[in-house]
Amino acid sequence: MDTTKKIFNKSSLLVPLVSIVLGLIIGAIAMLAGGYNPILAYTSLFERLFGSPYHMGEAIRAITPLIFTGIAVAFAFRTGLFNIGVEGQFVMGMTGATLIGVLLDLPWYIHGPLAIVTGALFGGLWAGIVGFLKATRGVNEVISSIMLNWTALYLANYIVAAFLLEPGQQKSRPIHASALMHIDWLIELMDRARMHWGTLIALLGVAVFYLLLWRTKQGYELRAVGHNPDAALYAGMNVNRTIVKSMMISGVFAGLGGVFEVLGVFGNQTIMAASPGYGFDGIAVALLGGNTPVGVLLASILFGGLSYGSSGMSFGAGVPSEIVRIVIGSVIFFVAAHGIVKYMLKPFMQKRSADKRKEAA
Amino acid sequence: MEVWGQLINTTLVFSTALIFAALGGMFSERSGVVNIGLEGLMVSGAFAAAVATHSASEAGFGSGSPWIGLIAAVVYGVLFSLLHAVATITFKSDQTVVGVVINILALGVAIYFTRSLYDGSVQTPQLYDVFSKVSIPLLTDIPILGEGFFHAYPTTYIVAILVAVSFFILFKTPFGLRLRAVGEHPSSADTVGINVSRYRYIGVMLSGALAGLGGATITLTTTSSFAYNTISGQGFIALAALIFGKWNPLGLAGAAVFFGFAQAIRNFAQLFDWSKNIPTEVFYMLPYVLTLIVLAAAVGRSSAPSALGQPYDPARR
Amino acid sequence: MGQSGAVVQLKGITKRFPGLVANDSIDLELKKGEIHALLGENGAGKSTLMNILFGLYQPDEGEIWINGERTVIDGASKAIELGIGMVHQHFKLVQPFTVAENIVLGDEPKKGLKIDYKLANQRVREISGRYGLKVDPQVRIQNITVGMQQRVEILKTLYRGAEIVIFDEPTAVLTVQEIEELIQIIRNLAAEGKSIIIITHKLKEVMALANTVTVIRRGKIVRTLPTSGTNERQLAELMVGRDVSFEVEKSQAKPGEVVLDIRNLRMKGEQGKPALDGTTLQVRAGEIFGIAGVDGNGQSELIYAITGMRKVQEGNVFLNGSDLTNKSPRDISTAGVGHIPEDRHKHGLVLDFSVSENMILNTYFQPEYGRYGFVDFKAMDKLAADLVGEYDVRLSGIHTDARALSGGNQQKAIIGRELHKDPDLIIAVQPTRGLDIGAIEFVHNRLVEARNGGKAILLVSFELDELYALSDRIAVMYEGKLVGEVDADNRNDEELGLLMSGNTDTAGIPGQRGS
Repeated sequence: MDTTKKIFNKSSLLVPLVSIVLGLIIGAIAMLAGGYNPILAYTSLFERLFGSPYHMGEAIRAITPLIFTGIAVAFAFRTGLFNIGVEGQFVMGMTGATLIGVLLDLPWYIHGPLAIVTGALFGGLWAGIVGFLKATRGVNEVISSIMLNWTALYLANYIVAAFLLEPGQQKSRPIHASALMHIDWLIELMDRARMHWGTLIALLGVAVFYLLLWRTKQGYELRAVGHNPDAALYAGMNVNRTIVKSMMISGVFAGLGGVFEVLGVFGNQTIMAASPGYGFDGIAVALLGGNTPVGVLLASILFGGLSYGSSGMSFGAGVPSEIVRIVIGSVIFFVAAHGIVKYMLKPFMQKRSADKRKEAA
Repeated sequence: MEVWGQLINTTLVFSTALIFAALGGMFSERSGVVNIGLEGLMVSGAFAAAVATHSASEAGFGSGSPWIGLIAAVVYGVLFSLLHAVATITFKSDQTVVGVVINILALGVAIYFTRSLYDGSVQTPQLYDVFSKVSIPLLTDIPILGEGFFHAYPTTYIVAILVAVSFFILFKTPFGLRLRAVGEHPSSADTVGINVSRYRYIGVMLSGALAGLGGATITLTTTSSFAYNTISGQGFIALAALIFGKWNPLGLAGAAVFFGFAQAIRNFAQLFDWSKNIPTEVFYMLPYVLTLIVLAAAVGRSSAPSALGQPYDPARR
Repeated sequence: MGQSGAVVQLKGITKRFPGLVANDSIDLELKKGEIHALLGENGAGKSTLMNILFGLYQPDEGEIWINGERTVIDGASKAIELGIGMVHQHFKLVQPFTVAENIVLGDEPKKGLKIDYKLANQRVREISGRYGLKVDPQVRIQNITVGMQQRVEILKTLYRGAEIVIFDEPTAVLTVQEIEELIQIIRNLAAEGKSIIIITHKLKEVMALANTVTVIRRGKIVRTLPTSGTNERQLAELMVGRDVSFEVEKSQAKPGEVVLDIRNLRMKGEQGKPALDGTTLQVRAGEIFGIAGVDGNGQSELIYAITGMRKVQEGNVFLNGSDLTNKSPRDISTAGVGHIPEDRHKHGLVLDFSVSENMILNTYFQPEYGRYGFVDFKAMDKLAADLVGEYDVRLSGIHTDARALSGGNQQKAIIGRELHKDPDLIIAVQPTRGLDIGAIEFVHNRLVEARNGGKAILLVSFELDELYALSDRIAVMYEGKLVGEVDADNRNDEELGLLMSGNTDTAGIPGQRGS
């Protein structure tokens, strides 16, 4: 299928792969600078990740929110928008789900879905604000998103503190079991790692991402506006409405990430000192994944694995787990500045084509 | 009454950091390079200042330590900004994306080295030698305003001078004219022999230096240490001040004071009776919501430099 | 002519870009005091050659000799040093800066650390007076006319002491009157001893201005000859390589019912001036109605109003009797309006979409291209394949990005898409901008074909040749309304020029028709 070829071809793999290698190298340099042993560190990371069913399960648990936030950012990028507000939309998703999960008590076949939908809507609407401001007032979506991120954090804390508080604690009352999303038999299987339905929904999300953007008329419109809003306008498309729609869909994905953190992992919501950070990691995932469905999936596995395994690095080699931030940061720096990578690869590429010509001669 | 003086003072402290960063953003954006990475540059400056000042204290520099911290912040900020410059100017990458990446990278690097330098601590050690306020004789004695305006940290006086100097440079000197030309219509500048890349590099490096100073100001006049939340959005608020101030030093200074006030009022809210009924979270949200409202109400980016955000490709003249 | 010394000599200049040889072993000589035209069609390589002379490009092979000395011009600064100045087609002016600031940029008079504005203004007044190019140094570029902006461009070169001045398509944006003035300015400069090169594709200008003309075709020099020894027809033949007839095969028009009926449109413009000030016109089926006028007199706004891109405050647009005023672009398109936009990259195509995807750009929502919200790719591809064949679009596959196509092929694709909608009204704005002669002929033939098939066509063009070749009727637009109609069969440039600059007192000029 030509569309598949377009969104995932050989040359588009080279830059991400090289960037990953470079990022790992820079991580190693930073470790050496701090007096640590990079080889020991990276092997400890592997051991942590694949060492036991529990760890593997928890790694999956860590990867799941990244799939959601990665799709959210990638989707927005494809439609011409930079959704940095995924962080805030994630938090609002959490809050929506927690509200339904704590305050209401309904049969499981209603309660769970209702909580999911509410959280998703919260995320979508929160993102819609950004889209609306951009479409109607031309407000730069990067700045407005960041402002809303901070606002979401404090708003969420306020809601938990004012309406949902477990007395004497810094967290909400527990979410009713009828809304929780644990997969009990899988939890047993993975040695009590926190497995939940969100992972399955996330994988479905990847498929939806592809189908929506490349197979539907709505997706055609979204991509047209993303590539060339002027031509889209001339072709009769409602650009402003499309911008808002796109942000809302993106926000729904982000919100779902938050939903499953509370419904599937924690079972409650704490008063947070800082936002969880999945949003920014989602940006990294989207960038590395080239804003493609499969790319996002693979990148989220990589970054999720790195993040989870980083505690192994501090355990096994004493390296502060923040080293992973440097590795991830460097990887996406090279992806974002792919010109640098291509420049470094030029001698190799030229040699290969020179060899090919010699062969042909 | 004393409270008002303190309020003005706290406002100035927060505004100072914002003005430094916004001035930096101004030089970068006036040359045509979007700099979303101001937040990361402030983080870098705050971090460098904390580390350098601490080390200087340990080495016995006493009250000179914070000045060393400032210099370190400038140097480190410039170095970090070079990453942005090389990626966006020489390699023509998307400026917004690179800016966001700089933010992520800067924070990661700062936290990692904080941990490894200080035995796994998430925060740099508390600084003893920080800036103390300096009074301007006579003027300090003016009731209320005197306490507020003329008994301030050296960084505040520095930034006030910088605003005036920046205005002069930007609008009265050849350098400023050329910088602005590069940001409005780079091929005009190119065809009269001005090196577009060079001016853009200078613009971005200035943003590194100034935003670094902004971050250092926070460390050296408020928190006395660096942790992951020392800079929490100020870089973006500075950008909003830049937009609201129409890329003009005087305008952005005014806007920054407004935002600084919003941040300052957090500390003083509890002192007013009517504030008791408003949840504290509202005050925390205030600077961000206010920024949002201001951006939405502002007339938009019509006064932005025309070539802002577009990499200059000589081949496509 | 001046002294016979050659001021500029280009020997064997060759410049290659990926996929094409822009300049192929070019020899050119410019004498002192000469006005030398460089004539060729779009894409022939004229601009590339001059960019090499001005230091913006480096030749792959060949030598450049200035004033008898061999040099390498490695940048604009070097060119300026050597006394070479260029007046660009798209002005290199900073809009918010003043005239003086633009002229002295890069070479500012200083007083200590500051720019000495008084001195700058004074110097500008001096050279302005000396060369008869009247400008006000303190006015901002965004507030002066295009003609005056061009004078600023010229002054920029003179301020830097240019002795060799290159003009790149100088008359593209000027009114008839301004062209007269420019011709005088150029003659004065030559009389002062400046050596002039004019890049152009306009035969009339070459004959009116130049002493010598060099014809360039597909990167090679065809011939250099004095203008006194040639004529437009011969030059055209040299330029294109074959006998070119400017006439399009066109039988008499048989206009039918009124298709487009525009009444008294008013649209707000910038700074208080209306963009449309009571525009009224009618286009019938089977007729090509051409609108002449200098760019900026409301043509764009008229098109926006008809296509629904912008709202009008007063007036009506009727299509076949139904009122389409202020309806959405989609409603208007489906009502039977096809649009070939002026800027094909910005408005005509999504360059990052495949050619196939572009073909359903304004019809994708219709049921034949997919149901239940999904896109029917087979239907889309079939349409694309059909259109590409019918309209002779050269490409490597309908799934290649539109970006990869040449300008001519992109335009053909757009025309194919729009004509396929079988619209009753076709709006064509600058339909052959930037195209080579082959593509121009193709487009013209298709438009006439459509007109013969009973379509109503509204044509906006700044190329008078095109207007006269295609139109059955020609009206002139000035400051937001139509100020007169001219005889499309008997070309009278003087009458046209007067109308285009707002002078409606054309009584006594033969052939004039009422509106």
